[in-house]
Amino acid sequence: MLDETRIKASVTALSETDMRDGKVLTIKWKPKLYYAWDNGIAIGRYLQELKNGRIIAKKCNGCRRIMLPPRMFCELCWRPTDEWVYVQDTGTINTFVVSHVDWKASRIPPGQRYYTPAVIEIDGASKGMGILHMIDEIEPYEIKIGMKVKAVWKPPEERIGAITDIKYFKPL
Amino acid sequence: MRKRVAIVGVGTTGFRPTSPDVSYRELTHEAAVRAYMDAGVEPKDIDGFVATSEDFLEGYSISDEYCNDQLGAVLKPISTVPGDFIQSLAQGVMMILSGVCRIVAVQCMSKASNMLTIPHMVGFALDPIYNRPLGLHPDFVAGMEMNRFLFETGTTLEQCAAVVVKNKRNALLNPFAAHGALLELDDVMSSEWISYPLRRLDVAPTADGAVVMVLAAEDIAKSLNDMPIWIRGIGWCSDTPSLETRDWGSAVYTRLAAEMAYKMAGIRSPRSEIDFVELSDEYSYKELQHLEDLKLCGPGEAGYLTESGATEMDGELPVNVSGGCLGVGHLFEANGGQKVLEVVLQLRGEKGKAQLPDVRTGLAHSWRGVPTTTGAVVILSND
Amino acid sequence: MGFRRVAIVGAGITKFVRRAQETPKELAFEAVRMALDSCEMTIKDIDCVVLGTAPDAFDGVHMNGEYLIDGAGGFRKPYMRNFVGGGTGVFAPIQGWYHVASGMFDTCLVVAEEKMSSCHPHPAGAFLTIFDHTTEQPLYPTLIWIFALEMHRYMTTYGISKRDIALVAVKNKKNALDHPSSQVAEEITVDDVLKSEVMAYPVNRLDISPTSDGAAAIVLAAEHVANRVTDKPVWIDGVGYSLDTAYWCTRDLAYPDYVEKAARMAYEMAGIREPRKEIHVAEPYDPFTYKELHHMEGLLLCGKGEAPQLLVDGVTQRDGDLPICPSGGLLGVGNPIAAAGLMKIIEIFLQLREEAGKRQVPGKPTCGLAQAWGDLMQVGTVVVMRR
Repeated sequence: MLDETRIKASVTALSETDMRDGKVLTIKWKPKLYYAWDNGIAIGRYLQELKNGRIIAKKCNGCRRIMLPPRMFCELCWRPTDEWVYVQDTGTINTFVVSHVDWKASRIPPGQRYYTPAVIEIDGASKGMGILHMIDEIEPYEIKIGMKVKAVWKPPEERIGAITDIKYFKPL
Repeated sequence: MRKRVAIVGVGTTGFRPTSPDVSYRELTHEAAVRAYMDAGVEPKDIDGFVATSEDFLEGYSISDEYCNDQLGAVLKPISTVPGDFIQSLAQGVMMILSGVCRIVAVQCMSKASNMLTIPHMVGFALDPIYNRPLGLHPDFVAGMEMNRFLFETGTTLEQCAAVVVKNKRNALLNPFAAHGALLELDDVMSSEWISYPLRRLDVAPTADGAVVMVLAAEDIAKSLNDMPIWIRGIGWCSDTPSLETRDWGSAVYTRLAAEMAYKMAGIRSPRSEIDFVELSDEYSYKELQHLEDLKLCGPGEAGYLTESGATEMDGELPVNVSGGCLGVGHLFEANGGQKVLEVVLQLRGEKGKAQLPDVRTGLAHSWRGVPTTTGAVVILSND
Repeated sequence: MGFRRVAIVGAGITKFVRRAQETPKELAFEAVRMALDSCEMTIKDIDCVVLGTAPDAFDGVHMNGEYLIDGAGGFRKPYMRNFVGGGTGVFAPIQGWYHVASGMFDTCLVVAEEKMSSCHPHPAGAFLTIFDHTTEQPLYPTLIWIFALEMHRYMTTYGISKRDIALVAVKNKKNALDHPSSQVAEEITVDDVLKSEVMAYPVNRLDISPTSDGAAAIVLAAEHVANRVTDKPVWIDGVGYSLDTAYWCTRDLAYPDYVEKAARMAYEMAGIREPRKEIHVAEPYDPFTYKELHHMEGLLLCGKGEAPQLLVDGVTQRDGDLPICPSGGLLGVGNPIAAAGLMKIIEIFLQLREEAGKRQVPGKPTCGLAQAWGDLMQVGTVVVMRR
């Protein structure tokens, strides 16, 4: 049923050089899209505590999960969450990656360390409660799933209340 | 329609100029909790969910992935309609009519206060090749349309200003409204030009807020709420997105969407069968244009109706008793949600000082704002 | 069953390329034209239009759905867009199914379009904005990280090797040689995959589907119209979809719960009790090699961790017992996100009508399934079709 000739004729393929060399007319636009997201109560507190050098979670007495990032309502029990609970800044690597490209899909220049993000299950939170962060102070390909790691914080005067107040996690 | 669908629960946070104390998750959650309580259901009773959002309004891509936790829709069938709330409502209706779901929750939300460069965002919807390079503030599209509308219908600037005065005054009686004010005609007529013939006070200011509603199939609607509000008819339509070839004087999308809704509701003479209307007045002249395209008055008559007081709260066809976008706030995708909410509360008799007497059928209408030509209409009844 | 019967009666699809000269509207138009011509219908016969397209950030147009209206045939019609990230291509027919099954419309045009090449310097950069703006974006994550994190967890949990997973790319890129729309079809070996440059360990370049431009469209019709228009209607018998929590770091990455939930919803509707036996051909979503296996398990076509064995044994080849991705999938044909999902729907449509040409699986299949996936590894969308 698919008409091969018609399909092949339906699209004109261009290459990068066609655009660079001006073989086709192009228009560029860089939009000014700025947002300031209200963090609300739960994430607001989370960031505030990060500034203090601590990680805070929230407990739901319905399912007894200690949840990270904290949230004002339990999405499974459908009820408001209960106590704030401080958790540790150590954890276990659930999974990780050794990335040779950056967020723009460009290759990392030679000599620069590969990025090693990981999902880290934080001690003190319920099993499986992970956060995304980076691993450092270890050769990328020596990282193993199941490794124990600890947060390395920025000095207090440099913290601003953001996830980057933790520089990275290092192996214990 | 094989069977009817009713709105059995509504919940809202109300609408305010900013909401710095809550995140978008918490805002939606509050509306959802109220809606589910109103309907006497829990998330586990709900078979399907529809969210409403557009990436560039939220500020992150694939915004639909963040919509479900706060609705209790984890691991449940939920999808997002990048459109107006009334379109999401239509999808909810189709989900129930198809037989797949019996109870559906529909959501919408605005966090306009988090959008720092709104003209750039709205302008980002302009055609990138033909229109955007002109570098104009997107309100120019409304200005051009207003100009043509005034020309074709003979409507005056004073009549448009009268809409602003009426709606902002109405908003003062609406506890949910963000921008109520007591204005005189002169205040509007002397506010500065934005995009002639649009003045600053002709343009609805933005607001934040969330609305969630629960729909149910006919056979269970009455068991969930003593006063189910029936969706008698619903319609939506899109005209061309092109600025160069569109009909500037009239809102064709409103006319066609209304035709579809009237047909479904079996309404032959809208003016006599519709008791009150909540329609899109993101710009003052839009109220008049939409009134005419909804066939609630003849071409060129809407301005006179307004001046004569016929569309006031105590008039023969109350329009935007809630305050409309001008008085409540421009909520982007949630505009339709605010209007349907208002119609539901009026039909239920829950509007206190702003209650219209003896209402049976109301119409809610929305338009997606510049530069679109997409609109939707829904007709609701309490019997 | 009790549902109004809805069939797919026509389909059209453009070529998938890395960078098309055509504008998004033109791409959509080409696909819609071909779809309508395939069943000899005109746009006047279409009662409503449903469109799916993935994040606006690629096209660089806010409210992209509005922008595409004239290209998609939605002019002065009831037109609605849907969005579930990568799952959109298979959700669009579901939204179209709702339109017709509700009784409100008799015909519906379902369109999926994607033009990723407009995004510079590279479309992959647009994916930065899908992560939580406060807790994750400051770390500058990329989409490849998510896949690689999930793939790594899957491999470690079940002891699966990269060699086994690489077979998916070998199979699909070869299958795609027979698909007229394909962008990156070629004959490769497992070693080619393992030697291709590392993007983010454990993901290599040949483990990934390309970014693409392309569009696809199908026509849905209620039973009385379908029987008039074609003598081979393909019925949509089951639809299912499910979205998991946005807190993706708290989920079990080794198993896609959301795909299972979506599959169960579709199977129940379609009256399927033993998917492995009753599904004759399947097109699960394969943007990365391991995803085909991950999804096969979520679709209950085999047990957890067992998919690689089926692949190694040749069961999932076109002439195997359970052909998987006979089209060549995203790995072979290309990945214009929403259009890719619809491409899979079209493939099952053609397979069940025995019109898939060189890609046809033998044995006269009468029941098939297409599945898509997306967001932060959260959503599963499934459609079950029958002759």
